[in-house]
Amino acid sequence: MTTTTLKEPVRGDSTGAAAPEQRRRPGRIRRIGLPYLLLLPALLLELLVHLVPMVIGIVMSFKELTQFYIRDWGTAPWTGFGNYKVSVDFDAPVGKALLHSFFVTVGFTLLSVGLCWLIGTTAAIYMQDNFRGRGLLRALFLVPYALPVYAAVITWVFMFQHDNGLVNHVLHDQLHITDKRSFWLIGDNSFWALLITHVWKGWPFAFLIVMAGLQNIPKELYEAAALDGAGMLQQIRRITLPSLRPVNQVLVLVLFLWTFNDFNTPYVLFGKAAPEAADLISVHIYQASFVTWNFGTGSAMSVLLLLFLLVVTGVYLVFTSRGRRTGDV
Amino acid sequence: MRSIRAAAVGAVTMSLALAATACGGGSSSGGGSNDSPKTLTYWASNQGASIAIDKKVLQPELDKFQKQTGIKVKLEVVPWSDLLNRILTATTSGQGPDVLNIGNTWSASLQATGALLPWDAKNFGKIGGKDRFVDSALGSTGAEGKDPAAVPLYSMAYALYYNKAIFADAGISKPPATWAELIADGKKIKAKGKSPLGAEGANVSENIHHVFVFAKQHGADFFTADGKPDFTNPKVVDAVKQYVDLMAKDKVIPTNDAEYAQNQSVSDFAKGKQAMLLWQSAAANLKSQGMSPDKYGIAPVPVQSGTPGTGAQTNSMVAGINLAVFKNTDNIDGATKFVKFMTSDAEQKVLNTAYSSIPPVKGAQSDATFNSASNAVLKQTLATSAAALPQVADESQFETAVGTAVKELFADAAAGRAVTTDSVKAKLEKAQQQMPTK
Amino acid sequence: MSDAHVSKSPMAPPSSFLWSRRIFLTLLTGFVLIPVYVMISSSLKPLADVTGQFRWVPSGLTIRPYIDIWSTVPLAKYFMNSLIVSVSATVCSVVVAVFAAYAVSRYNFRGKRVFTVTVLSTQMFPGILFLLPLFLLYVNIGNATGIALFGSRGGLILTYLTFSLPFSIWMLIGYFDSVPRDLDEAALVDGCGPLGALFRIVVPAAIPGIVAVAVYAFMTAWGEVLFASVMTNDATRTLAVGLQGYSTLNDVYWNQIMAASLVVSVPVVAGFLLLQRYLVAGLTAGAVK
Repeated sequence: MTTTTLKEPVRGDSTGAAAPEQRRRPGRIRRIGLPYLLLLPALLLELLVHLVPMVIGIVMSFKELTQFYIRDWGTAPWTGFGNYKVSVDFDAPVGKALLHSFFVTVGFTLLSVGLCWLIGTTAAIYMQDNFRGRGLLRALFLVPYALPVYAAVITWVFMFQHDNGLVNHVLHDQLHITDKRSFWLIGDNSFWALLITHVWKGWPFAFLIVMAGLQNIPKELYEAAALDGAGMLQQIRRITLPSLRPVNQVLVLVLFLWTFNDFNTPYVLFGKAAPEAADLISVHIYQASFVTWNFGTGSAMSVLLLLFLLVVTGVYLVFTSRGRRTGDV
Repeated sequence: MRSIRAAAVGAVTMSLALAATACGGGSSSGGGSNDSPKTLTYWASNQGASIAIDKKVLQPELDKFQKQTGIKVKLEVVPWSDLLNRILTATTSGQGPDVLNIGNTWSASLQATGALLPWDAKNFGKIGGKDRFVDSALGSTGAEGKDPAAVPLYSMAYALYYNKAIFADAGISKPPATWAELIADGKKIKAKGKSPLGAEGANVSENIHHVFVFAKQHGADFFTADGKPDFTNPKVVDAVKQYVDLMAKDKVIPTNDAEYAQNQSVSDFAKGKQAMLLWQSAAANLKSQGMSPDKYGIAPVPVQSGTPGTGAQTNSMVAGINLAVFKNTDNIDGATKFVKFMTSDAEQKVLNTAYSSIPPVKGAQSDATFNSASNAVLKQTLATSAAALPQVADESQFETAVGTAVKELFADAAAGRAVTTDSVKAKLEKAQQQMPTK
Repeated sequence: MSDAHVSKSPMAPPSSFLWSRRIFLTLLTGFVLIPVYVMISSSLKPLADVTGQFRWVPSGLTIRPYIDIWSTVPLAKYFMNSLIVSVSATVCSVVVAVFAAYAVSRYNFRGKRVFTVTVLSTQMFPGILFLLPLFLLYVNIGNATGIALFGSRGGLILTYLTFSLPFSIWMLIGYFDSVPRDLDEAALVDGCGPLGALFRIVVPAAIPGIVAVAVYAFMTAWGEVLFASVMTNDATRTLAVGLQGYSTLNDVYWNQIMAASLVVSVPVVAGFLLLQRYLVAGLTAGAVK
């Protein structure tokens, strides 16, 4: 099947329009056009909801799109790279704040993705075997994921309160670990509050995906390894993790991208003005665009972010795809 | 080959986007039409205890309007969390309501977008004239020298709410009239194991409302007369420091309040943990938290010395809601009629009673309903000693930048770090640099 | 549960494994459950008590919040909106993603790499910045064609189904790749068309992946706040946004927020319980060889 399609390259542009093929023999159309036909709905939707708005966003980044122009932004003056200059002028406050926010976001993202993945994978591997209560636990673990973001985060706000919160109650009143109550929602600890909240809400997703991925590992592999005398840990290292690689490759990448761009958690946790220690870039961009009504600068920041993430993703894919099926186009 | 294809994809996408851009941006045509004279869409802000209650309050009035004019008003109560974003997207796309409520501090910013119908003399004439409204409320409807972008609908003012029992217990006979008295009373209250005063230290808007008043009391403004930010003016720095010092130095606001942003200080007050609260129209709120009106008293917000008045004797911002007409409306006559209806004396009485606010319309304000003890304080404040927040196009940026600075200063105070004139100045300087340069 | 054949490990796990498992799962359960417990206990307190000092054992209980939630906010309506939007978006998203992933996994064609990378790149732009352009686009489509996309459930479904597409496609490519090709080629030889092979062989073999992706698509639509907040109106508002109605300018009804969140999450968790059978079934040793 695959070889036949290779023989006859498709003409026309690669956006997947099957139209140019219509003059050919029906059988061939079906064979050659089929993959494009299958992609067509996905492509149209992506174009409408993601790509075109993304390009509009990029266009916006070259305009001076402040409150004076948003009503009719055709008339907004072009600023060339003006918005970008403001964003990357790291000596000036806007650029400096953006850079700071960038580093906070990178640190937060690495920690959060690492923890989510580690907890999710560990839990999935531990729960591979059947034991009493496994089904219940599985459902339970999905609860944080099933809760609406607003509700989940507001509950953590509630628990992180200085005087009345559970966290200080336990740490200070009951375990006496801290000699005085700590602030979690303001000041430097806010970073950890954000991380804990995000991991709590995010790890079940990694758990879910890895759990599904584990089901695809043929039992024979384990049996063979067991016959070779491989212990539990070795089985995990030699079979489980390598077999999970394709799943993990995508999982870690999207966790990274989502965490990097996550807006809801910091926004509900801290409101419009996040503490410096937890000033994630998405809230920063929200402030620049929606709070201070400068959509041009906000878009420029987003485009810079996009470029950074593109580079990271590119490097990541090159490194993780080595030996996988990459050369096949 | 691959890159050519990628370029082709890019080109297609780009052209699509440009097409979208070209027709995007909403209609640029001027002010409204009368294409659908029989219906109106109205976005109300959430004024009551819940959206459901708002609907219950407003719907009968809208029915009344329909009976009078034959125009059906489609009501949507938009939660505060969404209102500004909804207005922004409506502005950009031209697809919005006909009539809408806006927070009065947004007036100048929204005015700058040109999305709202300007209330010139002719338009005001259609709703009975500008002089029907109270001056202080009109001061918060747009930049000075321009036609207002909206008309006042509900007015509110800050007042000092105090717990009668705690005051009696601490031997305080009358509410403090100056900050010095408040600090002295605070010591007595603390001796009884209660916290003196509450604040929402992490709430950007609340912070702005308070430091604005303190700045007034120091004879300073955050903006120069020609609208430039002037945050590092020594008087402004002193004013901000005085507010933060209520926690940092005078210790009348507990450090715990530095993280409050969800009205926890109101709960503390309602539960009798805290003796005083600076709030606007807290009555309904306190009631829902189980505090009955006879348990607390209402007094004007303290001043530096003397009695509240204008200028340095200012003791509240003009808080409130304005009613605006969206320029792209397709029922401009109906929209104007609706504004007239909502600001009529009769409706003003009904609505402001329901929301425990003060009517910005003179004819309604004099009604006996608004002469109760609590309303008298608010009315008096609005009439004599309240000032409008700066009516500049950058108001929204100002709130974010300075409000955040104050939040960070509170966080410093809570963490036990010193709050000095220099540290306050540094934060305000940073805030000022974040303001648009034009 | 019929997964005995899946769970039978080829080797009895050593006791160190069992112990570490017990400890890990206990700690994890604690981490997951504590906030849930806080939600439950807070949802049973009167408003004035909720904001007081936290206590593990609440002093007084009331079911009042569970009654009030329905009148403070039109919860039932929001719930129905969310359900309609999320279920439609999930079904469409899974179908579209299955087709696309099948094409990528089983065919070689020009533009494949461009397609997969472009799809992935959409995850890199902050959602915040999509908001305004997408809204503009919907309004203009609406003006040009009369199809009301903004403010309607249809527009929201379209948006959400696309949000979950990139990840779904990428995940499913991985799952489909792991289904041996001999299987569907055998089916093709047997006279099934390509679509027959897809639905008779590949899809059943990749059920766990498809269920995982469906759960993901559902949750994406279920929890999204930002776009829903500007693209819906009174009639079409979803839960994720509607819940914020419990926190008004002057009042935050903590107890009702918690109660409402729990009430609306129960059906979701129950639905998951029903689905998880499929999540762990799927490829068994017998089916592969």
